[in-house]
Amino acid sequence: MVHQYKLNGYNIVLDVYSGSVHCVDDVAYDIIQLFCTEEKPAIVERIMEKYGDRDDVTKAEVEAVIEDIEALKAAGKLFTDDVFEPKATELKERHTEIKALCLHVAHTCNLNCSYCFASQGHFNGTDGLMSLETGKRAIDFLIENSKGRHNLEVDFFGGEPLMNWEVVKGIVRYARSVEKAHDKNFRFTLTTNGVGIDEDVIDFANKEMHNVVLSLDGRKEVHDRLRRFTDGSGSYDVIVPKFKRLVESRGGKGYYMRGTYTHNNVDFTNDIFHMADLGFTELSMEPVVCSPDDPFALTEEDLPKLFEQYEILAKEMIKRKKEGRGFTFYHYMIDLTHGPCIYKRISGCGSGTEYFAVTPWGDLYPCHQFVGDESYRMGDIWQGVTNEEKRREFKLCNVYAREECRDCWARLYCSGGCAANAYHATGDIRGVYEYGCELFKKRMECAVMIQVAESMEDAEEKAR
Amino acid sequence: MKRITTIETRDLKKSMENGGCGECQTSCSKVACKN
Repeated sequence: MVHQYKLNGYNIVLDVYSGSVHCVDDVAYDIIQLFCTEEKPAIVERIMEKYGDRDDVTKAEVEAVIEDIEALKAAGKLFTDDVFEPKATELKERHTEIKALCLHVAHTCNLNCSYCFASQGHFNGTDGLMSLETGKRAIDFLIENSKGRHNLEVDFFGGEPLMNWEVVKGIVRYARSVEKAHDKNFRFTLTTNGVGIDEDVIDFANKEMHNVVLSLDGRKEVHDRLRRFTDGSGSYDVIVPKFKRLVESRGGKGYYMRGTYTHNNVDFTNDIFHMADLGFTELSMEPVVCSPDDPFALTEEDLPKLFEQYEILAKEMIKRKKEGRGFTFYHYMIDLTHGPCIYKRISGCGSGTEYFAVTPWGDLYPCHQFVGDESYRMGDIWQGVTNEEKRREFKLCNVYAREECRDCWARLYCSGGCAANAYHATGDIRGVYEYGCELFKKRMECAVMIQVAESMEDAEEKAR
Repeated sequence: MKRITTIETRDLKKSMENGGCGECQTSCSKVACKN
C-alpha cells in the first residue's frame, strides 16, 4: 500500500509496509499512481500525453522511471506487501510485563477547567490524595511485574499532583532507594497546571523529573477562557512566570508545554506561536475531546480550518528553524531512521497491558482516561490485575483488530489510535474515533513533509 | 535528472529481527527506539 500527497511544493510517496519515504517529481508521481492499474505501454502513452511537450520528458525517460519504480519494488521499498499481520496474533501472547504506571497522586485540583476530562480532578468520584504507603506499594508492584524490563516509567498525574507534593517526593526517594538492587532505571515525569510551582518544586523536579508537562493553552484570552480558578478568575498571569522560571532553570530541556485547543480557537497556531514567542520551544497543542454537546466541542465544519492550521504550523516551523529560532511540536517530532519497530507500531500505547493508571486508593485502570469508569477497573496494586477479561481485550486491541483501519495508510503510524478516545466516541475500545483519525493523518502528512524538506535541503547543500 | 529521491528510513521488515525489546517509553493525546 502506498500513500501519495502533495504539500508545500513536495510530492511525497509513503510506502506503508516498509516505512519508506520517497520525494518524487510530477512525472514519477503520476507514474506511481498508474503503476498498479495500467500496463507499461499504457503508462508511457498517458504520461507522454500529459508531459510530452516538455523537453525533459521523452519516451525513453518515462520508461527509465518505470524501471526505477520496478527496482524500488524489487528492493522492498515500494508497493510492499503486508507481512506483519501474523505478528499481531503473536502479540496477544507476549509483552505482559508492566513497564509504566500513571500515579494519580491527587484526585483534586486547584483549577476548575471547563473541558477537563477528569471532571475537575476528581474523575466523577470523591476527592482524595494518595498516601505515601500506597505510592511505595505502587513502586513495588511495578518492580514485581516488570520482569526483565530495565527502564520503568512513573508519571505523577492527577488532578493536580503538586497538591500532594510531599508524597510525590517520598515516592521518588523510595524508588531511588530500591532501583539499583533490582537493576531498574526509573524515569519520572510530572504533569502540572503550574499553580503550585515554587523553588522546592523546581529544585526537586530538576534533580529527579526526566520530563515535566506544563499545561498552557496559549494566548491569555484563550487560556483564561477555560482554565480558571474556582472563583472564576483566569490562571494565565499566575502560571506563566512560574513556567518561565522552571523552564529556564532546566536549561530549556526536559519539558513541554501542553495546550488544548477547542472550537473557540481553531486558529490554534496563533497559540503555539504565542508560546514560542514567550520563549518556550517544546510545544504541543491537542484537540479537545469532549461531548459533542459541549459549547467548545470541535465540529465537522472546523476540520478544513484545522487542516490548514497544521499546514501553516509545519511551514512556519521550517521557516523559523532556518532563522535560528526553531521550536518543536510534539506530533511533528518523528524519527524516520530510528523510529519505533514494527512490534511497537502494531501494539500502540500499551494501555491495559504495559501501562496502567493507579488511583489514590491503589485501584488499577487501563490508563488515566479510564479512571472512574468502574467497568474498566482492572484490579489493584496489592492483588494485581484480576480482571483478565479486560486485560485480554486490551491485548487484542491493536491496529489489526480494527476492520476500518485495514485500508488506511496511517495504520502503522497511529497503531490503531487511542483506545480511550475510541471507547468514549463509539462505546468500544476497538472502535474508531474518526475525527481524531482525520487530524492524525493530516499531522502525519505534515510531519513527514518537514522531514522530507530537511532531507532535500541537506542534499542540495551537499551538492553545492 | 533525478526524479525519485528515497529518504533514509528504518526498515520495518528488518525491525522484525532487531525490534521488540520493549525498552522504549510507553506512548500517548504524558507512537509514530537506536536500531
